[in-house]
Amino acid sequence: MKQTIPYLQDKARQLRLDIVEMIGVGKAGHLGGSCSLADIVAALYFSHMKHDPKNPKMPERDRFLLSKGHAALVQYAALAECGYFDKAWLQNLKELGSPLQGHPDQRKTPGIEANTGSLGQGVSLAAGMAAGLRLDGNPAHVYVAVGDGELAEGQVWEALAAASWYRLDHLCVILDRNGLQATGKTDERFCLEPIAEKFRAFGLAVREIDGHDMDQILSALDWADSVAGQPAAIIAHTVKGKGVPFAENNASFHNGALTQAQFDEARQALEKAVG
Amino acid sequence: MKKQNQREAYGQALVQLGRENPNIVALEADLGNSTRSTLFGAAFPDRYFEMGIAEQNMVSFAGGLALAGKIPFVNTFAVFAAGRAYDQIRQSVATARLNVKIVGSSAGFSDFGDGATHQSVEDLALMSAIPNMTVLAPCDAPEAVQAVRAAAALDGPVYLRLCRNDLEDIFPEDVPYRIGEPVVLREGGDLAVFTTGIMAHAALEAARLLEPEGISLHVVHLPGLKPLNGEAVLAQAKGKRAVLACEEHTVRGGLTMLLCYLFRNEKIPVEPVAVMDAFGQSAHSHAELLAHYGLDAAAICEKARGLTAR
Repeated sequence: MKQTIPYLQDKARQLRLDIVEMIGVGKAGHLGGSCSLADIVAALYFSHMKHDPKNPKMPERDRFLLSKGHAALVQYAALAECGYFDKAWLQNLKELGSPLQGHPDQRKTPGIEANTGSLGQGVSLAAGMAAGLRLDGNPAHVYVAVGDGELAEGQVWEALAAASWYRLDHLCVILDRNGLQATGKTDERFCLEPIAEKFRAFGLAVREIDGHDMDQILSALDWADSVAGQPAAIIAHTVKGKGVPFAENNASFHNGALTQAQFDEARQALEKAVG
Repeated sequence: MKKQNQREAYGQALVQLGRENPNIVALEADLGNSTRSTLFGAAFPDRYFEMGIAEQNMVSFAGGLALAGKIPFVNTFAVFAAGRAYDQIRQSVATARLNVKIVGSSAGFSDFGDGATHQSVEDLALMSAIPNMTVLAPCDAPEAVQAVRAAAALDGPVYLRLCRNDLEDIFPEDVPYRIGEPVVLREGGDLAVFTTGIMAHAALEAARLLEPEGISLHVVHLPGLKPLNGEAVLAQAKGKRAVLACEEHTVRGGLTMLLCYLFRNEKIPVEPVAVMDAFGQSAHSHAELLAHYGLDAAAICEKARGLTAR
Protein backbone atom coordinates (compact mmCIF):
# COMPACT_ATOMS: atom_id res chain seq x y z
CA MET A 1 0.00 0.00 0.00
CA LYS A 2 1.47 3.34 -1.08
CA GLN A 3 2.41 5.62 1.81
CA THR A 4 3.58 9.19 2.20
CA ILE A 5 7.22 10.14 2.49
CA PRO A 6 7.01 11.44 6.10
CA TYR A 7 5.26 8.22 7.12
CA LEU A 8 8.04 6.12 5.58
CA GLN A 9 10.79 8.30 7.01
CA ASP A 10 9.32 7.73 10.43
CA LYS A 11 9.13 3.98 9.79
CA ALA A 12 12.82 4.00 8.86
CA ARG A 13 13.62 5.79 12.10
CA GLN A 14 11.62 3.18 13.99
CA LEU A 15 13.52 0.38 12.25
CA ARG A 16 16.84 1.94 13.27
CA LEU A 17 15.65 2.26 16.85
CA ASP A 18 14.60 -1.40 16.81
CA ILE A 19 18.02 -2.35 15.45
CA VAL A 20 19.79 -0.52 18.28
CA GLU A 21 17.50 -2.11 20.87
CA MET A 22 18.01 -5.58 19.37
CA ILE A 23 21.76 -5.17 19.66
CA GLY A 24 21.54 -3.79 23.19
CA VAL A 25 24.60 -3.32 25.35
CA GLY A 26 27.80 -5.34 25.24
CA LYS A 27 26.79 -7.77 22.47
CA ALA A 28 28.16 -7.67 18.96
CA GLY A 29 25.63 -6.85 16.26
CA HIS A 30 25.65 -5.74 12.64
CA LEU A 31 24.59 -2.17 13.28
CA GLY A 32 26.24 -0.36 10.38
CA GLY A 33 25.02 -2.36 7.40
CA SER A 34 21.54 -2.72 8.90
CA CYS A 35 21.13 1.04 9.40
CA SER A 36 22.39 1.88 5.91
CA LEU A 37 19.50 -0.15 4.44
CA ALA A 38 16.75 1.09 6.78
CA ASP A 39 15.20 3.65 4.40
CA ILE A 40 15.15 1.21 1.50
CA VAL A 41 13.70 -1.58 3.62
CA ALA A 42 11.04 0.80 4.98
CA ALA A 43 10.10 1.81 1.44
CA LEU A 44 9.84 -1.83 0.36
CA TYR A 45 7.84 -3.24 3.26
CA PHE A 46 5.64 -0.26 4.13
CA SER A 47 4.84 1.03 0.68
CA HIS A 48 6.26 -0.57 -2.42
CA MET A 49 5.99 -4.35 -2.09
CA LYS A 50 2.83 -6.39 -2.48
CA HIS A 51 2.77 -8.71 0.54
CA ASP A 52 0.51 -9.93 3.32
CA PRO A 53 1.91 -10.51 6.82
CA LYS A 54 -1.13 -12.67 7.61
CA ASN A 55 -0.35 -14.87 4.62
CA PRO A 56 3.47 -14.94 4.45
CA LYS A 57 3.50 -17.59 1.70
CA MET A 58 0.97 -15.83 -0.55
CA PRO A 59 2.16 -16.99 -3.99
CA GLU A 60 1.87 -13.62 -5.71
CA ARG A 61 3.77 -11.71 -3.00
CA ASP A 62 6.81 -9.68 -3.91
CA ARG A 63 9.99 -11.04 -2.38
CA PHE A 64 12.87 -9.28 -0.63
CA LEU A 65 16.16 -11.10 0.01
CA LEU A 66 19.23 -9.91 1.83
CA SER A 67 22.24 -11.27 0.03
CA LYS A 68 24.16 -9.31 2.65
CA GLY A 69 22.48 -11.49 5.26
CA HIS A 70 24.31 -9.85 8.14
CA ALA A 71 21.85 -6.95 7.82
CA ALA A 72 19.12 -9.35 9.02
CA LEU A 73 18.31 -6.99 11.90
CA VAL A 74 16.70 -4.41 9.63
CA GLN A 75 14.58 -7.07 7.96
CA TYR A 76 13.54 -8.56 11.32
CA ALA A 77 12.54 -5.09 12.51
CA ALA A 78 10.46 -4.54 9.37
CA LEU A 79 8.82 -7.97 9.53
CA ALA A 80 7.91 -7.45 13.20
CA GLU A 81 6.59 -3.95 12.50
CA CYS A 82 4.46 -5.39 9.68
CA GLY A 83 3.10 -8.09 11.97
CA TYR A 84 4.76 -11.21 10.57
CA PHE A 85 5.56 -12.13 14.16
CA ASP A 86 5.35 -10.67 17.64
CA LYS A 87 7.63 -7.71 18.19
CA ALA A 88 8.74 -9.33 21.46
CA TRP A 89 10.71 -11.82 19.36
CA LEU A 90 13.21 -9.07 18.63
CA GLN A 91 14.41 -9.22 22.23
CA ASN A 92 15.54 -12.82 21.75
CA LEU A 93 17.68 -12.19 18.69
CA LYS A 94 20.50 -14.76 18.40
CA GLU A 95 19.57 -16.51 21.65
CA LEU A 96 19.84 -20.28 21.62
CA GLY A 97 16.61 -21.60 20.09
CA SER A 98 15.48 -18.19 18.84
CA PRO A 99 13.61 -18.00 15.51
CA LEU A 100 15.69 -14.90 14.78
CA GLN A 101 19.12 -16.16 13.79
CA GLY A 102 22.23 -14.09 13.20
CA HIS A 103 21.62 -14.50 9.50
CA PRO A 104 18.27 -15.00 7.72
CA ASP A 105 16.77 -18.49 8.01
CA GLN A 106 13.74 -19.14 5.84
CA ARG A 107 12.75 -22.22 7.88
CA LYS A 108 12.75 -20.37 11.20
CA THR A 109 11.42 -16.88 10.58
CA PRO A 110 8.09 -16.02 8.95
CA GLY A 111 8.63 -13.62 6.05
CA ILE A 112 12.26 -14.61 5.40
CA GLU A 113 12.52 -15.87 1.82
CA ALA A 114 15.88 -17.65 1.66
CA ASN A 115 18.91 -18.63 3.70
CA THR A 116 21.59 -16.08 3.01
CA GLY A 117 24.68 -14.72 4.60
CA SER A 118 27.44 -16.76 3.06
CA LEU A 119 28.18 -13.76 0.87
CA GLY A 120 27.71 -13.84 -2.88
CA GLN A 121 24.82 -16.29 -3.06
CA GLY A 122 21.73 -14.12 -2.65
CA VAL A 123 21.60 -12.74 -6.18
CA SER A 124 21.70 -16.30 -7.54
CA LEU A 125 18.86 -17.32 -5.23
CA ALA A 126 16.83 -14.25 -6.19
CA ALA A 127 17.46 -14.81 -9.89
CA GLY A 128 16.41 -18.45 -9.66
CA MET A 129 13.31 -17.36 -7.79
CA ALA A 130 12.46 -14.80 -10.48
CA ALA A 131 12.97 -17.45 -13.16
CA GLY A 132 10.74 -19.93 -11.34
CA LEU A 133 7.97 -17.37 -10.78
CA ARG A 134 8.07 -16.42 -14.44
CA LEU A 135 7.62 -20.07 -15.46
CA ASP A 136 4.30 -19.99 -13.61
CA GLY A 137 3.28 -16.64 -15.05
CA ASN A 138 3.48 -15.19 -11.54
CA PRO A 139 3.81 -11.37 -11.76
CA ALA A 140 5.71 -11.05 -8.45
CA HIS A 141 8.89 -8.98 -8.25
CA VAL A 142 12.06 -10.11 -6.49
CA TYR A 143 14.31 -7.52 -4.80
CA VAL A 144 17.72 -8.46 -3.49
CA ALA A 145 20.04 -6.24 -1.46
CA VAL A 146 23.75 -6.75 -2.02
CA GLY A 147 26.62 -5.26 -0.06
CA ASP A 148 29.36 -3.34 -1.82
CA GLY A 149 32.14 -5.34 -0.20
CA GLU A 150 30.23 -8.43 -1.30
CA LEU A 151 30.85 -7.55 -4.94
CA ALA A 152 34.30 -9.14 -4.59
CA GLU A 153 32.52 -12.50 -4.57
CA GLY A 154 32.72 -13.93 -8.08
CA GLN A 155 29.36 -15.63 -7.77
CA VAL A 156 27.61 -12.24 -7.75
CA TRP A 157 28.88 -11.69 -11.27
CA GLU A 158 27.91 -15.19 -12.38
CA ALA A 159 24.42 -14.42 -11.09
CA LEU A 160 24.20 -11.03 -12.78
CA ALA A 161 25.27 -12.59 -16.07
CA ALA A 162 22.65 -15.33 -15.73
CA ALA A 163 19.92 -12.84 -14.76
CA SER A 164 20.75 -10.80 -17.80
CA TRP A 165 21.00 -13.82 -20.13
CA TYR A 166 17.56 -14.99 -19.02
CA ARG A 167 16.18 -11.41 -19.21
CA LEU A 168 14.83 -11.58 -15.66
CA ASP A 169 13.10 -8.22 -15.66
CA HIS A 170 11.22 -8.90 -12.45
CA LEU A 171 14.53 -9.00 -10.61
CA CYS A 172 15.88 -5.84 -9.00
CA VAL A 173 19.36 -5.80 -7.48
CA ILE A 174 19.79 -3.11 -4.84
CA LEU A 175 23.42 -2.30 -4.08
CA ASP A 176 23.95 -0.88 -0.59
CA ARG A 177 26.93 1.28 -1.54
CA ASN A 178 27.86 2.36 1.97
CA GLY A 179 31.56 2.40 1.18
CA LEU A 180 32.69 0.35 4.14
CA GLN A 181 33.39 -3.33 4.66
CA ALA A 182 34.35 -5.15 7.84
CA THR A 183 37.93 -3.91 7.91
CA GLY A 184 37.68 -0.46 6.34
CA LYS A 185 36.84 1.53 3.23
CA THR A 186 35.83 -0.67 0.31
CA ASP A 187 37.86 1.40 -2.13
CA GLU A 188 40.99 0.91 -0.04
CA ARG A 189 40.43 -2.78 0.55
CA PHE A 190 39.69 -4.07 -2.93
CA CYS A 191 38.91 -2.94 -6.47
CA LEU A 192 35.15 -2.50 -6.86
CA GLU A 193 34.74 0.47 -9.18
CA PRO A 194 33.54 1.26 -11.75
CA ILE A 195 30.46 -0.52 -10.45
CA ALA A 196 27.79 1.16 -12.62
CA GLU A 197 29.79 0.50 -15.78
CA LYS A 198 30.34 -3.12 -14.74
CA PHE A 199 26.62 -3.62 -14.06
CA ARG A 200 25.76 -2.12 -17.45
CA ALA A 201 28.36 -4.30 -19.16
CA PHE A 202 26.70 -7.32 -17.53
CA GLY A 203 23.39 -6.32 -19.11
CA LEU A 204 21.58 -4.57 -16.27
CA ALA A 205 19.65 -1.31 -16.41
CA VAL A 206 21.25 0.93 -13.79
CA ARG A 207 20.08 3.89 -11.75
CA GLU A 208 22.06 5.61 -8.98
CA ILE A 209 20.30 7.22 -6.04
CA ASP A 210 20.80 8.63 -2.58
CA GLY A 211 19.74 5.60 -0.54
CA HIS A 212 18.47 7.79 2.29
CA ASP A 213 16.25 10.02 0.15
CA MET A 214 12.80 8.47 0.38
CA ASP A 215 11.53 10.21 -2.72
CA GLN A 216 14.45 8.91 -4.78
CA ILE A 217 14.06 5.41 -3.32
CA LEU A 218 10.37 5.20 -4.19
CA SER A 219 10.80 6.48 -7.72
CA ALA A 220 13.79 4.15 -8.29
CA LEU A 221 11.71 1.15 -7.19
CA ASP A 222 8.91 2.17 -9.56
CA TRP A 223 11.47 2.60 -12.31
CA ALA A 224 12.99 -0.85 -11.58
CA ASP A 225 9.56 -2.48 -11.88
CA SER A 226 9.04 -0.81 -15.23
CA VAL A 227 12.31 -2.02 -16.75
CA ALA A 228 11.52 -4.60 -19.44
CA GLY A 229 13.72 -7.26 -21.01
CA GLN A 230 16.60 -6.98 -18.55
CA PRO A 231 17.16 -6.98 -14.78
CA ALA A 232 17.41 -3.63 -12.98
CA ALA A 233 20.07 -2.45 -10.57
CA ILE A 234 19.68 0.39 -8.11
CA ILE A 235 23.00 1.65 -6.81
CA ALA A 236 22.02 3.22 -3.52
CA HIS A 237 24.66 5.52 -2.09
CA THR A 238 24.29 5.19 1.64
CA VAL A 239 26.01 5.89 4.93
CA LYS A 240 26.99 2.92 7.03
CA GLY A 241 25.50 3.30 10.48
CA LYS A 242 23.11 6.02 9.24
CA GLY A 243 21.09 7.63 12.02
CA VAL A 244 23.45 6.63 14.83
CA PRO A 245 25.84 9.61 14.90
CA PHE A 246 28.95 7.96 16.33
CA ALA A 247 28.53 4.88 14.10
CA GLU A 248 28.11 6.76 10.82
CA ASN A 249 30.93 5.97 8.38
CA ASN A 250 32.69 4.02 11.13
CA ALA A 251 33.79 0.52 10.14
CA SER A 252 34.17 -0.56 13.76
CA PHE A 253 30.36 -0.70 13.95
CA HIS A 254 30.17 -3.23 11.12
CA ASN A 255 29.66 -5.80 13.86
CA GLY A 256 30.54 -3.90 16.99
CA ALA A 257 29.19 -3.90 20.52
CA LEU A 258 27.67 -0.84 22.16
CA THR A 259 28.61 0.47 25.58
CA GLN A 260 25.78 1.66 27.83
CA ALA A 261 26.68 5.27 26.98
CA GLN A 262 26.67 4.54 23.23
CA PHE A 263 23.39 2.66 23.53
CA ASP A 264 21.79 5.58 25.33
CA GLU A 265 23.18 8.07 22.83
CA ALA A 266 21.94 6.01 19.88
CA ARG A 267 18.46 5.68 21.34
CA GLN A 268 18.30 9.34 22.16
CA ALA A 269 19.32 10.32 18.62
CA LEU A 270 16.70 8.05 17.09
CA GLU A 271 13.92 8.93 19.52
CA LYS A 272 14.69 12.63 19.21
CA ALA A 273 14.08 12.42 15.51
CA VAL A 274 10.38 11.88 16.13
CA GLY A 275 8.28 14.68 14.64
CA MET B 1 23.61 -59.78 -19.44
CA LYS B 2 22.24 -56.50 -20.77
CA LYS B 3 24.62 -53.54 -20.62
CA GLN B 4 23.24 -50.06 -20.16
CA ASN B 5 24.49 -46.62 -19.36
CA GLN B 6 23.44 -44.98 -16.09
CA ARG B 7 23.58 -41.45 -17.38
CA GLU B 8 21.57 -42.31 -20.49
CA ALA B 9 19.01 -44.04 -18.26
CA TYR B 10 19.02 -40.99 -16.00
CA GLY B 11 18.45 -38.60 -18.89
CA GLN B 12 15.51 -40.60 -20.17
CA ALA B 13 14.04 -41.01 -16.70
CA LEU B 14 14.23 -37.26 -16.18
CA VAL B 15 12.31 -36.66 -19.42
CA GLN B 16 9.64 -39.11 -18.26
CA LEU B 17 9.43 -37.35 -14.89
CA GLY B 18 9.20 -34.04 -16.71
CA ARG B 19 6.16 -35.32 -18.56
CA GLU B 20 4.53 -36.42 -15.32
CA ASN B 21 5.33 -33.31 -13.29
CA PRO B 22 5.47 -29.83 -14.84
CA ASN B 23 7.40 -28.54 -11.82
CA ILE B 24 10.49 -30.58 -12.69
CA VAL B 25 13.19 -28.33 -14.17
CA ALA B 26 16.83 -28.99 -15.03
CA LEU B 27 20.01 -26.94 -14.92
CA GLU B 28 23.27 -27.61 -16.69
CA ALA B 29 26.80 -26.18 -16.76
CA ASP B 30 27.83 -27.03 -20.32
CA LEU B 31 28.28 -30.76 -19.79
CA GLY B 32 24.80 -31.69 -21.00
CA ASN B 33 26.04 -34.01 -23.72
CA SER B 34 27.86 -36.01 -21.05
CA THR B 35 25.33 -35.80 -18.23
CA ARG B 36 22.53 -36.39 -20.80
CA SER B 37 20.54 -33.50 -19.38
CA THR B 38 20.25 -32.36 -23.01
CA LEU B 39 17.48 -34.95 -23.40
CA PHE B 40 15.41 -32.95 -20.93
CA GLY B 41 16.41 -29.72 -22.64
CA ALA B 42 15.18 -30.99 -26.00
CA ALA B 43 11.86 -32.14 -24.52
CA PHE B 44 11.24 -29.08 -22.31
CA PRO B 45 13.28 -26.12 -23.56
CA ASP B 46 11.45 -23.64 -21.29
CA ARG B 47 12.26 -25.68 -18.20
CA TYR B 48 15.92 -26.22 -19.03
CA PHE B 49 18.47 -23.68 -17.79
CA GLU B 50 21.88 -23.62 -19.41
CA MET B 51 23.83 -21.72 -16.78
CA GLY B 52 27.18 -21.39 -18.48
CA ILE B 53 30.25 -22.96 -16.94
CA ALA B 54 29.37 -21.57 -13.51
CA GLU B 55 28.48 -24.34 -11.09
CA GLN B 56 28.26 -22.17 -7.98
CA ASN B 57 25.64 -19.85 -9.42
CA MET B 58 23.86 -22.86 -10.90
CA VAL B 59 23.35 -24.46 -7.48
CA SER B 60 22.13 -21.29 -5.74
CA PHE B 61 19.94 -20.42 -8.74
CA ALA B 62 18.42 -23.90 -8.39
CA GLY B 63 17.73 -23.03 -4.75
CA GLY B 64 15.77 -20.01 -5.95
CA LEU B 65 13.81 -22.16 -8.38
CA ALA B 66 12.97 -24.53 -5.52
CA LEU B 67 11.82 -21.58 -3.41
CA ALA B 68 9.47 -20.73 -6.28
CA GLY B 69 7.99 -24.23 -6.10
CA LYS B 70 10.05 -25.99 -8.76
CA ILE B 71 11.91 -29.30 -8.41
CA PRO B 72 15.30 -28.54 -9.93
CA PHE B 73 17.76 -31.22 -11.06
CA VAL B 74 21.26 -29.75 -11.17
CA ASN B 75 23.62 -31.48 -13.57
CA THR B 76 27.39 -31.53 -13.82
CA PHE B 77 30.26 -33.88 -13.05
CA ALA B 78 30.35 -35.17 -9.47
CA VAL B 79 33.65 -33.45 -8.73
CA PHE B 80 32.32 -30.04 -9.80
CA ALA B 81 28.97 -30.47 -8.07
CA ALA B 82 30.15 -31.75 -4.70
CA GLY B 83 33.47 -29.91 -4.75
CA ARG B 84 33.25 -26.67 -6.70
CA ALA B 85 29.74 -25.91 -5.48
CA TYR B 86 30.02 -27.43 -2.00
CA ASP B 87 29.36 -24.17 -0.20
CA GLN B 88 26.33 -23.36 -2.36
CA ILE B 89 24.90 -26.82 -1.71
CA ARG B 90 25.46 -26.31 1.99
CA GLN B 91 24.42 -22.67 2.38
CA SER B 92 21.86 -21.95 -0.31
CA VAL B 93 20.23 -25.39 -0.44
CA ALA B 94 20.77 -27.69 2.53
CA THR B 95 20.43 -25.29 5.47
CA ALA B 96 16.91 -24.52 4.21
CA ARG B 97 16.23 -28.16 3.18
CA LEU B 98 15.38 -26.93 -0.31
CA ASN B 99 14.00 -29.38 -2.81
CA VAL B 100 17.06 -29.44 -5.06
CA LYS B 101 18.51 -32.58 -6.63
CA ILE B 102 22.25 -32.53 -7.25
CA VAL B 103 23.24 -35.05 -9.91
CA GLY B 104 26.94 -35.88 -9.73
CA SER B 105 27.67 -37.44 -13.09
CA SER B 106 30.91 -39.13 -14.26
CA ALA B 107 31.61 -39.95 -10.61
CA GLY B 108 34.52 -41.88 -9.14
CA PHE B 109 37.10 -42.83 -11.75
CA SER B 110 34.52 -43.22 -14.49
CA ASP B 111 35.85 -40.21 -16.40
CA PHE B 112 39.05 -42.26 -16.71
CA GLY B 113 40.89 -40.26 -19.37
CA ASP B 114 40.59 -36.82 -17.81
CA GLY B 115 42.61 -37.51 -14.70
CA ALA B 116 42.48 -36.30 -11.09
CA THR B 117 40.79 -32.94 -11.77
CA HIS B 118 37.74 -34.66 -13.23
CA GLN B 119 37.53 -37.73 -11.00
CA SER B 120 35.72 -37.62 -7.67
CA VAL B 121 37.09 -39.64 -4.77
CA GLU B 122 35.60 -37.54 -1.96
CA ASP B 123 32.11 -36.53 -3.13
CA LEU B 124 30.27 -39.04 -0.93
CA ALA B 125 32.15 -37.82 2.14
CA LEU B 126 31.40 -34.18 1.36
CA MET B 127 27.72 -34.75 0.65
CA SER B 128 27.16 -37.16 3.57
CA ALA B 129 28.66 -34.63 5.96
CA ILE B 130 25.90 -32.10 5.17
CA PRO B 131 22.87 -32.23 7.49
CA ASN B 132 19.51 -32.71 5.70
CA MET B 133 21.19 -34.33 2.67
CA THR B 134 20.15 -37.65 1.15
CA VAL B 135 23.01 -39.42 -0.64
CA LEU B 136 22.27 -42.05 -3.30
CA ALA B 137 24.70 -44.18 -5.33
CA PRO B 138 22.93 -46.68 -7.62
CA CYS B 139 24.85 -49.64 -9.06
CA ASP B 140 23.29 -49.94 -12.53
CA ALA B 141 20.90 -48.30 -14.97
CA PRO B 142 17.61 -49.81 -13.69
CA GLU B 143 18.47 -48.76 -10.14
CA ALA B 144 19.50 -45.31 -11.35
CA VAL B 145 16.05 -44.86 -12.87
CA GLN B 146 14.41 -45.80 -9.57
CA ALA B 147 16.79 -43.53 -7.66
CA VAL B 148 15.85 -40.56 -9.86
CA ARG B 149 12.18 -41.23 -9.29
CA ALA B 150 12.70 -41.60 -5.54
CA ALA B 151 14.74 -38.39 -5.47
CA ALA B 152 11.98 -36.50 -7.25
CA ALA B 153 9.36 -37.87 -4.87
CA LEU B 154 11.32 -36.86 -1.78
CA ASP B 155 10.85 -33.28 -0.55
CA GLY B 156 14.39 -32.19 0.24
CA PRO B 157 17.94 -32.07 -1.08
CA VAL B 158 19.37 -35.20 -2.69
CA TYR B 159 22.81 -36.01 -4.06
CA LEU B 160 22.75 -38.66 -6.77
CA ARG B 161 26.05 -40.22 -7.81
CA LEU B 162 26.18 -41.60 -11.35
CA CYS B 163 28.77 -43.52 -13.37
CA ARG B 164 29.81 -42.47 -16.86
CA ASN B 165 30.33 -45.91 -18.39
CA ASP B 166 28.19 -48.83 -19.52
CA LEU B 167 27.30 -51.26 -16.74
CA GLU B 168 25.76 -54.71 -16.77
CA ASP B 169 22.25 -54.76 -15.33
CA ILE B 170 22.18 -56.21 -11.85
CA PHE B 171 18.57 -55.31 -11.19
CA PRO B 172 15.56 -55.88 -13.44
CA GLU B 173 13.67 -52.87 -14.81
CA ASP B 174 11.14 -51.42 -12.36
CA VAL B 175 12.96 -52.96 -9.41
CA PRO B 176 11.32 -51.97 -6.10
CA TYR B 177 13.43 -49.25 -4.52
CA ARG B 178 13.63 -48.06 -0.95
CA ILE B 179 16.05 -45.34 0.10
CA GLY B 180 18.28 -46.49 2.97
CA GLU B 181 17.47 -50.18 2.82
CA PRO B 182 20.26 -52.70 2.15
CA VAL B 183 19.64 -55.10 -0.75
CA VAL B 184 21.07 -58.64 -0.65
CA LEU B 185 22.49 -59.41 -4.09
CA ARG B 186 23.91 -62.82 -3.22
CA GLU B 187 23.62 -64.98 -0.13
CA GLY B 188 26.81 -66.29 1.43
CA GLY B 189 28.21 -67.45 4.73
CA ASP B 190 31.78 -66.31 5.29
CA LEU B 191 32.09 -62.57 4.75
CA ALA B 192 29.60 -59.74 4.62
CA VAL B 193 30.55 -57.63 1.62
CA PHE B 194 28.85 -54.24 1.58
CA THR B 195 29.00 -52.22 -1.61
CA THR B 196 27.72 -48.88 -2.79
CA GLY B 197 27.58 -47.43 -6.31
CA ILE B 198 29.19 -49.54 -8.98
CA MET B 199 31.23 -51.69 -6.56
CA ALA B 200 28.42 -54.28 -6.56
CA HIS B 201 29.78 -55.49 -9.90
CA ALA B 202 33.26 -56.28 -8.58
CA ALA B 203 31.83 -57.86 -5.43
CA LEU B 204 29.52 -60.18 -7.38
CA GLU B 205 32.37 -61.18 -9.69
CA ALA B 206 34.60 -61.85 -6.68
CA ALA B 207 31.89 -64.01 -5.15
CA ARG B 208 31.73 -66.11 -8.33
CA LEU B 209 35.53 -66.41 -8.49
CA LEU B 210 35.80 -67.47 -4.85
CA GLU B 211 33.03 -70.05 -4.91
CA PRO B 212 35.28 -72.88 -6.22
CA GLU B 213 37.76 -72.09 -3.44
CA GLY B 214 35.06 -72.66 -0.84
CA ILE B 215 34.88 -69.01 0.19
CA SER B 216 31.35 -67.71 0.31
CA LEU B 217 30.59 -63.98 0.09
CA HIS B 218 27.35 -62.42 1.29
CA VAL B 219 27.03 -59.44 -1.06
CA VAL B 220 24.86 -56.57 0.11
CA HIS B 221 24.34 -53.43 -1.94
CA LEU B 222 23.59 -50.14 -0.20
CA PRO B 223 21.55 -47.83 -2.45
CA GLY B 224 23.23 -44.88 -0.83
CA LEU B 225 25.05 -43.74 2.30
CA LYS B 226 22.40 -41.51 3.83
CA PRO B 227 19.97 -42.25 5.27
CA LEU B 228 20.85 -45.87 6.04
CA ASN B 229 18.98 -48.46 8.08
CA GLY B 230 21.80 -49.33 10.46
CA GLU B 231 19.97 -52.19 12.16
CA ALA B 232 19.37 -53.84 8.81
CA VAL B 233 23.04 -53.45 7.94
CA LEU B 234 24.13 -55.06 11.22
CA ALA B 235 21.70 -57.92 10.68
CA GLN B 236 23.33 -58.76 7.34
CA ALA B 237 26.68 -59.39 9.06
CA LYS B 238 25.35 -61.75 11.76
CA GLY B 239 27.51 -64.86 11.97
CA LYS B 240 30.01 -63.62 9.37
CA ARG B 241 33.76 -63.60 10.02
CA ALA B 242 34.41 -60.11 8.74
CA VAL B 243 32.91 -57.13 6.94
CA LEU B 244 34.26 -55.74 3.68
CA ALA B 245 33.41 -52.15 2.73
CA CYS B 246 33.64 -51.62 -1.04
CA GLU B 247 33.55 -48.09 -2.39
CA GLU B 248 34.90 -46.30 -5.44
CA HIS B 249 35.84 -43.48 -3.09
CA THR B 250 38.47 -42.49 -0.59
CA VAL B 251 38.55 -44.57 2.59
CA ARG B 252 38.11 -41.34 4.52
CA GLY B 253 34.53 -40.30 5.19
CA GLY B 254 32.72 -42.71 2.90
CA LEU B 255 31.32 -46.23 3.28
CA THR B 256 34.31 -47.67 5.16
CA MET B 257 34.16 -45.21 8.00
CA LEU B 258 30.38 -45.35 8.06
CA LEU B 259 30.52 -49.13 8.56
CA CYS B 260 33.27 -48.81 11.17
CA TYR B 261 30.88 -46.51 13.03
CA LEU B 262 27.86 -48.81 12.63
CA PHE B 263 29.84 -51.87 13.74
CA ARG B 264 31.59 -50.08 16.64
CA ASN B 265 29.97 -52.31 19.26
CA GLU B 266 30.24 -55.57 17.27
CA LYS B 267 33.12 -57.99 17.52
CA ILE B 268 33.78 -58.16 13.80
CA PRO B 269 36.58 -56.60 11.77
CA VAL B 270 35.74 -54.07 9.03
CA GLU B 271 38.17 -54.05 6.11
CA PRO B 272 38.23 -51.45 3.33
CA VAL B 273 38.18 -51.97 -0.41
CA ALA B 274 38.58 -48.28 -1.10
CA VAL B 275 40.91 -45.63 -2.45
CA MET B 276 43.65 -45.22 0.13
CA ASP B 277 43.80 -41.43 0.46
CA ALA B 278 44.84 -40.76 -3.14
CA PHE B 279 43.67 -38.74 -6.12
CA GLY B 280 42.98 -40.47 -9.40
CA GLN B 281 44.94 -40.12 -12.63
CA SER B 282 44.46 -40.64 -16.35
CA ALA B 283 44.18 -44.11 -17.86
CA HIS B 284 42.81 -45.68 -21.03
CA SER B 285 39.92 -47.39 -19.27
CA HIS B 286 37.83 -47.29 -16.12
CA ALA B 287 38.71 -50.94 -15.43
CA GLU B 288 42.41 -50.12 -15.52
CA LEU B 289 41.95 -47.51 -12.78
CA LEU B 290 39.73 -49.77 -10.65
CA ALA B 291 42.45 -52.44 -10.79
CA HIS B 292 45.23 -49.95 -10.09
CA TYR B 293 43.54 -48.59 -6.96
CA GLY B 294 42.59 -52.05 -5.69
CA LEU B 295 38.86 -51.80 -6.40
CA ASP B 296 38.35 -54.75 -8.76
CA ALA B 297 37.24 -58.34 -8.22
CA ALA B 298 40.84 -59.52 -7.90
CA ALA B 299 41.45 -57.08 -5.06
CA ILE B 300 38.28 -58.17 -3.27
CA CYS B 301 39.29 -61.85 -3.69
CA GLU B 302 42.69 -61.17 -2.19
CA LYS B 303 41.20 -59.42 0.85
CA ALA B 304 38.60 -62.17 1.23
CA ARG B 305 41.26 -64.91 1.15
CA GLY B 306 43.26 -63.08 3.81
CA LEU B 307 40.23 -62.60 6.06
CA THR B 308 39.08 -66.21 5.80
CA ALA B 309 42.57 -67.72 6.29
CA ARG B 310 42.84 -66.24 9.77
